[in-house]
Amino acid sequence: MKRVLQSPAAAPVAAMLLVLLIDWLIFPSFFEVRLVDGRLTGSFVDVLIRGAPVALLALGMAGVIATRGIDLSVGAVMAIAGAVAADAVAGGTHWSTAVLYALAAGLACGLWNGMLVAFLRLQPIVATLVLMVAGRGIAQLITAGQITTFTDPSFAALASGTVLGVPAPILIVAVAAALLTLLVRYTALGLMVEAIGVNPRAAELVGINTRMIILAAYALSGLTAALAGIIATADIRGADANNAGLWLELDAILVVVLGGASLLGGRLSYGLTLVGAVTLQALKTGILLAGFPPQMGLIVMAMMISVLLVVQAPSIQQWMQRRAVRGVAS
Amino acid sequence: MTFGRDRTVLMTLAVLVALLGFCAVQFPFVLSARVLGNLLTDHAFLGMLAIGMTVVIISGGIDLSVGSVLAFTGVLLGVLITNQGVNPGLAFAVALAIGTVFGAVQGAAVHLLRAPAFIVTLAGMFLARGACFLLTEDSIPIGSATYAALNDTALTLPGGTRLTLSALIMLAGVALTALLLRRTKFGANVYALGGDRRAAELMGVPVGQTTVGVYAFSGFTAAAGGILFSLYTQSGYPLAAIGIELEAIAATVIGGTLLSGGYGSVIGTALAVLILGLIQLYVTLQGTLSSWVAKIATGALLLLFIGAQRLLSLAPPARPGLSIGNHHGAPDQTPSIGQAP
Repeated sequence: MKRVLQSPAAAPVAAMLLVLLIDWLIFPSFFEVRLVDGRLTGSFVDVLIRGAPVALLALGMAGVIATRGIDLSVGAVMAIAGAVAADAVAGGTHWSTAVLYALAAGLACGLWNGMLVAFLRLQPIVATLVLMVAGRGIAQLITAGQITTFTDPSFAALASGTVLGVPAPILIVAVAAALLTLLVRYTALGLMVEAIGVNPRAAELVGINTRMIILAAYALSGLTAALAGIIATADIRGADANNAGLWLELDAILVVVLGGASLLGGRLSYGLTLVGAVTLQALKTGILLAGFPPQMGLIVMAMMISVLLVVQAPSIQQWMQRRAVRGVAS
Repeated sequence: MTFGRDRTVLMTLAVLVALLGFCAVQFPFVLSARVLGNLLTDHAFLGMLAIGMTVVIISGGIDLSVGSVLAFTGVLLGVLITNQGVNPGLAFAVALAIGTVFGAVQGAAVHLLRAPAFIVTLAGMFLARGACFLLTEDSIPIGSATYAALNDTALTLPGGTRLTLSALIMLAGVALTALLLRRTKFGANVYALGGDRRAAELMGVPVGQTTVGVYAFSGFTAAAGGILFSLYTQSGYPLAAIGIELEAIAATVIGGTLLSGGYGSVIGTALAVLILGLIQLYVTLQGTLSSWVAKIATGALLLLFIGAQRLLSLAPPARPGLSIGNHHGAPDQTPSIGQAP
């Protein structure tokens, strides 16, 4: 029991369960899942679908934050990838080629960020600010300031389609999280990322190629942001360069922190990041279900961050540790 | 004033002059005093926010909440003046007090909880924006006679340039903040705190007080920016100025302030605000360009200045007076988010 309570997963999972419990109390049929026309539907399924883009952004962000970095550009990269995909599909390109183009654009953005951070050694917050500001302009350049729309049903299916009844966005998030977890836990990559986050200089001294790993973290963040952009674009069957992914970078950072990661790096768990994503989206949905205006979500999010900050504060942590030590001693 | 310490300001000035020249070649009237005066008026509120942001960033922090505080101030003024019939002067005082206290609370949280400023002020950003919607969901027009009078107040310089009250307040803010940073103990503490927090603590800098003071100052300028914005738009709107905190941060960086803290000047920030304004003006005058040009140009300028700072800080100091904040650029990897722990 003690081990369960002290595991890093305890607090994030408890927070998620609490939010889900509140949702269920407000809306008793919250967990009802029905199969309608060969498609799973229900409030909880809806939470997972709505949360998919932010969850994808957060998966990439988690890797970057674990290296003590931050990626402010993910929202703008979403817009760029969405614009590239919509532009290609609207021009008659096959949907799979359009997806590849969008992923390539995201990868290029991620490599650009990674290059600035890892090789020019710019502060991550500054390095990614450049693309955050300019990225939306690039997306507008691609769509020529219009909202590019398309009708390709195969591409739209990336957001609205199903596989064996499971909506596609949920599958994409699950597959991405599983692949990333395999990548970092069945190779030494995860260990090295966390080592860089804990102490970059020590990591370099023990022979880790910190530059390449930081570069890879930002490249992955660009890729997941592109995936999120593809889903968002497929969802509305169009690319809105001004509004796609607007301010989602802040949501993504919040999700990573809700998943128990420290902004000072050194902790990486894709599973807990998904827990954080469900927590945030369930909270937003809960506010709507309770009949509050959506803007109330801002205040609840602010309160949630405040609670997190108090819980994570070093002085509080020390106090809890002292209590734990005293408990063992007596 | 040693320009060694302000090399980056010279670079900002050079960009501003080059941009003015570029605009003037196509549109000669840009160089008229009237256009330049309007440039100041149109961006006075951004200037106010950027002044506070500069002080916060020099101290090694960041303040994401300024845009929301600006919007909240506008909505509050609308509710107080239009709906409640409060005297505008009193409403201004209330708004400034709320902004200052709000900033001070954020500063206290940053200090006491040892929390990254980025996250604390993110919470502040959500909270202030949410509070706007608690007050109203609509745009409230402010048609007070005082507003009309304030908007008509202007100083006519010899040569016919009209400097509006907003522009004058912004210029006064820049001058006073420059004095605050360079001529007071608080200013010295801000630079010391941003230079190296632990060293500042060991030297006896009151770190807690300074942190609270810095964020309170930013809250105050954000509220002042909100007042200027409400004068400018004559209304209060909960969705106003979304994303302006990014412009304020961009202006600070283009003004030559290091985002890692310990180095920078508010004069540079003011010049950078004019640069951002001039880019927008050019896009408007050109007519065929759309807003993407302004965004990409801002991004490119950011990159230029970040790269220049990188080069300057990697180069060995040429003169003794140059050392302030210089070690920050050294390729050590200090924790990178807002404030060092």
